[in-house]
Amino acid sequence: MTLFEYLHYIILPVLVVSAVLILWRFIKGPSIADKIVSLDLLITTGIGVIAVYSIIYDQSTLMDTALILALIAFLSTVALSYYLEKRKRK
Amino acid sequence: MIDIVIGILATFGALFVLFAAIGVVRMPDTYLRISVTTKAATLGVGLVLMSTTVYFSNTDVTSQAFVIILFLFLTAPVSAHLIGRASYFIGVKLWDKSVMDDLRGKYQKNTHVLKSIVDDTPEDNVDHTKMKDK
Repeated sequence: MTLFEYLHYIILPVLVVSAVLILWRFIKGPSIADKIVSLDLLITTGIGVIAVYSIIYDQSTLMDTALILALIAFLSTVALSYYLEKRKRK
Repeated sequence: MIDIVIGILATFGALFVLFAAIGVVRMPDTYLRISVTTKAATLGVGLVLMSTTVYFSNTDVTSQAFVIILFLFLTAPVSAHLIGRASYFIGVKLWDKSVMDDLRGKYQKNTHVLKSIVDDTPEDNVDHTKMKDK
């Protein structure tokens, strides 16, 4: 079993299963804070998927996308929690 | 040999991300979910990015991966604190088996001031009675 088969058939399905679990919590989540937390975690899992894909396809350029995604995840969490805190009525 | 190192790093990274996902599904409370998100997922993605570093073994990719890891490690506690504070203010309930709430009566709802003594004016406090259903 080569490294690429291992990454294709074991690592990527594990990441996809965890993304599906997080998406379930994102849809179900009782409060809006749960949805924000699971959105952040979903983007973080996406960074891991992009890193594995950059190994499989031998494209180091894909790491730029991971950096941009990390920036967007932090920015979206900060903005959403800021407006959640400033909201007058619950 | 280098393939084994990449495989081990990617395996541990994917396992930590999976543990974080299971924790997000299984944890009973918003605050416990925030705790899981901050630690396990950040470590897992950091390990996967380390495996990328070992695979390319190149100065550009290495510096870029370390920038991403540093950024994740810096921003995960900040965003977790912000969302935890916001969810405390909007009155997200605690788990009914939670032992204590250190902030009870100390955050003021209208002024958003943290006091160091318990101030129980009823219209100025966030309601944090614990979850009664299940």
